[in-house]
Amino acid sequence: MRNLTLRSVLLGLAAPVGALVFAALLCAGILAVTGHSPVDTVDAMSASAQRPRTLVNSLNTAVSYYLSAVAVAIGFRMKLFNIGVDGQYRMAALLAAALAGAAFMEGVPPVLRVTMTVLASMLVGAAWAGIAALLKVTRGVSEVISTIMLNAIATYLVSYLNNPARLAEVNPGSNDVKTPDITAGGQVPGFEVTGSSSKVYGLVFLAVLVGFLYWFVLSRTRFGFELKATGLSESAAVASGVSVKKMVVISMLLSGAVAGLVGIPELLGASHSYSLNFPAGVGFIGIAVALLGRNHPIGMAVAALLWGFLFNTANSLDTAGVPREIVDIMQGVIVLSVVVAYELVRRYRVRAEQHAVGHALGRTKTAEEVSA
Amino acid sequence: MSTEPPAGGAPAPAVQLSAITKRFPGVVANSDVNISVRVGTVHALVGENGAGKSTLMKILYGMQQPDEGTIAIDGAPVIFASPADAIRAGVGMVHQHFMLADNLTVLENVVLGSEPRKGVGLDFATARARITEISSAYGLGVDPDRLVADLGVGERQRVEILKVLYRGARTLILDEPTAVLVPQEVEELFGNLRDLKAEGLTILFISHKLDEVLSVADDITVMRRGTTVASVLPQDVTARKLAELMVGSALPVPELRESTVTDEAVLSVDGLTVVNADGRTVLDDVSFTIHAGEVLGIAGVEGNGQAELVEALMGIRPCSAGTITLSGRDITRATTRQRRESGMGYIPEDRHRQGLLLEATLWENRVLGHQTSKPNVRGPLLDRRGAKADTERIVAEYDVRTPGIEVHAAALSGGNQQKLIVGREMSGSPVLLIASHPTRGVDVGAQAAIWEHIRRARAERLAVLLISADLDELIGMSDTLSVILRGRLVADHDPAAVTPEQLGSAMTGAGRED
Amino acid sequence: MTVGGLSVGLAKAPARRSRRIPPYVYLLIAVGALAVVSTVRVFTGATDLTSSGTVQAALTAAVPLAMAALGGVWTERAGVVNIGLEGMMVLGTFGAGYAGYQWGPWAGVVFGLILGLVAGLLHAVATVTFGVDHIVSGVAINLLAPGIALFLSKLYFADAPGGGQKQSPRLEDAAKVTLPGFSDLMGTIETKRWFFVSDLAGVLRGLTTQVSLLTLLAVVLIVATAWVLWRTPFGLRLRSCGESPSAAESLGVNVYKYKYLAVTASGAFAGLGGAFLAVSSGQFRDGQTAGRGFIGLAAMIFGNWRPGGLATGAGLFGYTDAMALRSADAVHALLLLLGIALIVVAAIQYRSGHYVLSGVAAAIGVLFGWWFFASDEVPPELVGAAPYVVTLLVLGLASQRLRPPKFVGEPYRRGQAV
Repeated sequence: MRNLTLRSVLLGLAAPVGALVFAALLCAGILAVTGHSPVDTVDAMSASAQRPRTLVNSLNTAVSYYLSAVAVAIGFRMKLFNIGVDGQYRMAALLAAALAGAAFMEGVPPVLRVTMTVLASMLVGAAWAGIAALLKVTRGVSEVISTIMLNAIATYLVSYLNNPARLAEVNPGSNDVKTPDITAGGQVPGFEVTGSSSKVYGLVFLAVLVGFLYWFVLSRTRFGFELKATGLSESAAVASGVSVKKMVVISMLLSGAVAGLVGIPELLGASHSYSLNFPAGVGFIGIAVALLGRNHPIGMAVAALLWGFLFNTANSLDTAGVPREIVDIMQGVIVLSVVVAYELVRRYRVRAEQHAVGHALGRTKTAEEVSA
Repeated sequence: MSTEPPAGGAPAPAVQLSAITKRFPGVVANSDVNISVRVGTVHALVGENGAGKSTLMKILYGMQQPDEGTIAIDGAPVIFASPADAIRAGVGMVHQHFMLADNLTVLENVVLGSEPRKGVGLDFATARARITEISSAYGLGVDPDRLVADLGVGERQRVEILKVLYRGARTLILDEPTAVLVPQEVEELFGNLRDLKAEGLTILFISHKLDEVLSVADDITVMRRGTTVASVLPQDVTARKLAELMVGSALPVPELRESTVTDEAVLSVDGLTVVNADGRTVLDDVSFTIHAGEVLGIAGVEGNGQAELVEALMGIRPCSAGTITLSGRDITRATTRQRRESGMGYIPEDRHRQGLLLEATLWENRVLGHQTSKPNVRGPLLDRRGAKADTERIVAEYDVRTPGIEVHAAALSGGNQQKLIVGREMSGSPVLLIASHPTRGVDVGAQAAIWEHIRRARAERLAVLLISADLDELIGMSDTLSVILRGRLVADHDPAAVTPEQLGSAMTGAGRED
Repeated sequence: MTVGGLSVGLAKAPARRSRRIPPYVYLLIAVGALAVVSTVRVFTGATDLTSSGTVQAALTAAVPLAMAALGGVWTERAGVVNIGLEGMMVLGTFGAGYAGYQWGPWAGVVFGLILGLVAGLLHAVATVTFGVDHIVSGVAINLLAPGIALFLSKLYFADAPGGGQKQSPRLEDAAKVTLPGFSDLMGTIETKRWFFVSDLAGVLRGLTTQVSLLTLLAVVLIVATAWVLWRTPFGLRLRSCGESPSAAESLGVNVYKYKYLAVTASGAFAGLGGAFLAVSSGQFRDGQTAGRGFIGLAAMIFGNWRPGGLATGAGLFGYTDAMALRSADAVHALLLLLGIALIVVAAIQYRSGHYVLSGVAAAIGVLFGWWFFASDEVPPELVGAAPYVVTLLVLGLASQRLRPPKFVGEPYRRGQAV
């Protein structure tokens, strides 16, 4: 029953909140055992949280986490595991950066230039994911295995291409290698926030738009319905006229296209080039965020913000003498405990609903007689 | 657990079930069941689907525990907490769905769980010797070193029997053993059963195929609605009499009123042939026509091509040869969606697998299969309001007992799930309904309602392909009857003149001469 | 193959397994392969293809991969997918660093094993008891483990002598043994550069010279796994849980127990693999595993979920790894070998009537051959991708010959199996 009764809302929140509390307590325990003060740690993090810059950075980080989570969630909705978001976004960011920074792009009007960059990244992400889709529908190769392999191949391919002999140049004055800087015409300006030296990415709206489209397509369109139906029961979907092969290809391409966007806000808003320091591993964080947010557009947004916040406040921990990895541990524990909690809640709900239906039917007997 | 017979008199029954009662939430599966099985006999337990046979056998095999009543094996009372207890007491079970691991060898499948050992290793030599010994003693002809994946259905069943014998069972439960066999395999199985009986083993044979029961059983117990209603000897009854005992008199009788058959062909199938992935021809040159207002019933032992026929008609399974024409249009190469859009309704055999999204709401299930038609969609967008309103209509018109349309389909009872499916498939005025076992596993009330809906739609010129294992349903509901055997339509019958016995023998191929 | 998820694209009927292949066939294949390699060596002059040094390095590189793959076999044979092997390996490297620098390499090995085992237990609790999707739990462990390792590393190694925030102090390596006399004899033959004979001598010398005791232990574990899983009642029961949990349950096998044991063991093996890696490279470093857990998974698939096969796969992947570090010439020659292998695959597929696959394999094979002749070297950045590319090629071109456990990745709950 999906009526928003207080009870069902509480039940829905019980799992994530419980997982958060459990993870926090466990981490406090770990800190205490390893001779750190949990109180000081919280102090350091909350002090950092009061700085506007931390909040701006958290939001910016959350933008890429959110895009990554949406990419993962598109697959999850039909029981398709795109573990390969990580490789897809790195390939896409590198090639999009190379395109946007290329000399011939100078003459292109800014709006078109940014649009081309964004489209290129989506295309590359989709193409890289498309390999896994192709292997799946023609050869039945599990997308989990193929995307893991493609992630690794992407790593090597990126390091091959991100080389002065190929697409990149040596960053003057350091041993970092990066693609040529994207000049002002290809950048997307950010928003100033008082008290903060960093700006909010202009492409924060891209994430909002993607989130909205994700919600709309999944819950309001026929395609979304068929995607969900395939995830719930492949055999029922086939019997209902859904071509599962087509769905696999389309959703994998969509997932890859969104994955391609993951690095773009950072690329066009702050770094302006793809370098060895470009954020890595965001694809896997996306999986965590999608799991915590239960593939729900709002849930994932909250989870992405939480993850971004934890990531950025963790910077303050090293100065407080606490290894910042405590935050990684906390995130890992949250994910693991939240999936367990969701599974328990799901089992409980199925039972409760069957009981409720039995109850309701027992009581509505007279009502039926009246209506008949 | 003693196996000694009580002093004096006839030997104690091999199995004695007394006053067994088993309740599930909302249902009484068994109530006051009494069965006595003589040593060294084949004892048949017959009853319709849902009569409680399977639950009873699960209780006897320790998979479930009775709420009341007692079990005695060879006169000694026993309590089975698990199949392991039952095995120890000499009771073995051959499940309807084989419990075999394809990628393991026969030997590995047989010894699993009670392996002979040499040190910590598995003693393959001893295992092989014992399997060969049992296999030749009972004429099972099983090669221990073959991979189960390479075996045919009949061979797999013999492996299952061997598994049970290997564990020293003296009493074998066979749950619907012939459901998946072709007739010559059934004959072989019955030969095996006679051998086993000759060796003093006791066999409990569960079936609803009356001709088979009459040919192989020494005693027959009839179950109806969860309880035992009669114990008879095969020489004292006819198949007709047994059927009456099974069905009782209170059940609704499926029957059609006056003929509504027109001469307008809706579905024409010509020379349809389906070859499955491992190269076997599962459907062979099938041709028939269904007219508007006509119900064509297909009778046949399960596994003779019915499922393949339905899937080929729905476009789920590709056909190798032949044509399918719907309302004058060739749809042989059409997709499932195109077929549904041109007016095919589908009540699948297994509603949980093909008919429903169990973890979706009722209104979402209303949309399922009809994602491209009104009132569910407007262009590429879902029309949630339209779909919900129409779901309310189905719930009311088809008497789906539910507190609302936002509950998940899993929460409904089988009968109500089926009524929802029937309602859904009847909406949008289809021209053809493919109904595969439409009343399987539903309660009596829902059964009558579903029949009434089919009758009404037929009167409004719907063409229906009805596939069922319930011969009375087939005879009562069909305008025309065809029998399918090994992928071919072998005989046509006039439902007004045919008896279940005639149909039954046609289904097994015995009646082909007449 | 399935790991849960959608079954679309899978062949409807399983291909029948070919008859059991007698050992001499494998020997013939090995001899044939060596002959081809030898020919390529003579043709290209890349002596490192079969030099004892390469083989030695390959062996060292292969051992951690083989351990991860062995972990994969244990867990997947019992029906549980474990992509958390990577994370468990990370914990193994840390464990080895922590105990290793204080109490010697063998203490490191044991401690690495224990940490892996604990992570395996965690995966078992999540997947078996709570029915969490296997992939999800594996991903979570892969997120969690590096965090824990680095946290503890900063805690324990930052102030240790020779250690740092992200690395442990130096570890002592395990003892190494050489087959006396034989090794030298082979060395002499190797230097002759005779066709085939010298190559065989190079391989044999590599396998008998300066072999770490850890390597020997790994060999023992692979053989032991083969014996335990295929020749004992315990192994039969464990495998039955991956092939048909309902059959196992109906015969009184406690499916939960065997799944728990298998998944925990797989964690232990992965931990061991990590420990071997740390000990043989002299210290724990952050990020040391660099995806080796995934390569282990690839080796397991390449090896068709069998110990002998995974050893071959790990050996092959270890070989490319070693090659990348040693000789650009030899890596370049690998292109030709890969091309030849693909043409062989194409021929086999053609004979079994898969013409499209055969065509694709041949086309890719020709492409690799063309790359070989059109270039002088393989960019070093790309060499590391070889195991992953090979695995994708195997999956894409020969998947009908793979036979994963039938119920791997499927959720199982007691009493609900179909």
